[in-house]
Amino acid sequence: MFAVDVVNLEKRFRRGRRGRSRIVTALAAVSFTVQRGECVAVLGQNGSGKSTLVRTLSTLLLPDGGRARVFGHDVVREAGAVRRLVNRVSVEASFFKRMSAAENLSYAARFYGLTPADTRASIPDILERVGFPVGRASEPMEDLSRGMQQKVALARALLTSPVLLLLDEPTTGLDPRSKREVQAFIRELRTEHDTTILLCTHDLLEAETLAERVGILHAGRLLSLEPAEELTRSYGAANLEEAFFTATGIELEEDTEEVIT
Amino acid sequence: MSPERRSGPGVSDAVAGYPRSAITGDGGLRGQLIGLAGVVERNAYLIKRYGWWELALFVWTVANTLTVVFIAKGVEATGGHLDVQRATTTLLIGAVIWSYLGIIFEILTETVAWERWEGTIEYTFMAPLKRAVHLGGMGLFAVLYGVLRTALLFVVVALFFGLHFPHADFATALVLLAVASVSFVGVGMVTAVLPLISPEKGAQLGFIAQGFLLVVSGVYYPVTILPQWMQWLSTISPATYALRGIRAAVLDGAGLGACWSDLWPLLVLGAVTIPLGLLVFRTGERYAKRHGKLKRSG
Repeated sequence: MFAVDVVNLEKRFRRGRRGRSRIVTALAAVSFTVQRGECVAVLGQNGSGKSTLVRTLSTLLLPDGGRARVFGHDVVREAGAVRRLVNRVSVEASFFKRMSAAENLSYAARFYGLTPADTRASIPDILERVGFPVGRASEPMEDLSRGMQQKVALARALLTSPVLLLLDEPTTGLDPRSKREVQAFIRELRTEHDTTILLCTHDLLEAETLAERVGILHAGRLLSLEPAEELTRSYGAANLEEAFFTATGIELEEDTEEVIT
Repeated sequence: MSPERRSGPGVSDAVAGYPRSAITGDGGLRGQLIGLAGVVERNAYLIKRYGWWELALFVWTVANTLTVVFIAKGVEATGGHLDVQRATTTLLIGAVIWSYLGIIFEILTETVAWERWEGTIEYTFMAPLKRAVHLGGMGLFAVLYGVLRTALLFVVVALFFGLHFPHADFATALVLLAVASVSFVGVGMVTAVLPLISPEKGAQLGFIAQGFLLVVSGVYYPVTILPQWMQWLSTISPATYALRGIRAAVLDGAGLGACWSDLWPLLVLGAVTIPLGLLVFRTGERYAKRHGKLKRSG
């Protein structure tokens, strides 16, 4: 059984006012699988459909066509089962800003059925593991730096021990040190905890160093999904950046106008 | 993170795709109850963190209530003839129920609105918490907090006017409020979905629903003075029965037996509005998921 099994996944959005609206394709017949314990990176510019993919697998979007399964459970028909297996970290570390890190983690854990007895020890433990100074756990989130907030976001996802972790540009906007720390922790998760990871990023180095296979998502289409070296070779490129340019005709840092949520 | 994944009792077979020991927490009834407690816990944190704002809002509510309740004295001062004590208490009950309903609607509408603003909405809606439990937790907190704040408001304003309630049956009044709260939460669930449909104006639409409920429910006047078509509407508003019953209990000491004619419609409305509220919310959530609206602002 695959950890993630996506077949011909389609998602379209209507954009613009009535009468002048247009249909924008966010995902076009996307198909791929991820093995249990594997880390797969999906490269794409802003607007390429990465977040739509993550949000569909998180049961936050209903696809217009095709299907997606997480450990055999359909994300539409068995959303409840999927939710128990998945957690995510996105580019925005979203929290109740006036509440502390500990309070945010505490209530979030309850939503996954964890009791106060479960989290009393595990919250300080997990914060320490992600490199967050435990002494600041009772400070309001709004007083913490962006890097600190992102570490708490990582802690929130890991607190529920997801078997599938969806990372949507988890290190975007972080300073180099915080970025390295978060990446090191992701690597540790892979090697020590059998967590399956789908990493959506536009950081080539991150994709290359963390993932076993790298895919290119462009205008909602998954153009390829291979180990980084093979991907580079198949496009006759010298490196991943060149391969991306050859595949899409644009630089990774450029934004795509087309999409999307 | 604890290196070992925690297992939970009662893990459903629905997650059989992965070893049972790998799944966190409890997906059964116990897990849902823990989740419900989590919703209450989160709202309690928010009240604590916004304590001064809560105090300021309470002062505003007191001022607002005084404005209404002074009307009875004003009528007397301008030559009107009325039982000021009774009229003051009647207005006070109307203003207090208005305030209570406002708290219920506000907290339930925040289910979506506040979370969208903070950006936490996606994390909450992708958690394995059943929507009924999620909304139930919001409703439970709203009722607990609303009763506390409303009781305080009642006491403060009653002391201000030196009101006495020699015949009051407060136990019956509380039972009526509790039963009416089920219907209020049901209607609140309907309004809670509005910010999902319209992120910009949805929350304000909740106030319209609140205003509509109260204008037909006799908040400061008997419903018999309303036009006939509004009187028909008043029969489907839970606030009508809550106001009438609570006034009878506080002013005349009516017990549960005497208030049965107000109690049973509240029970029926409660049995209808909760499933209706859940249905409407689920429909709205499905719409939001189809159109990509279940996301943070901006």
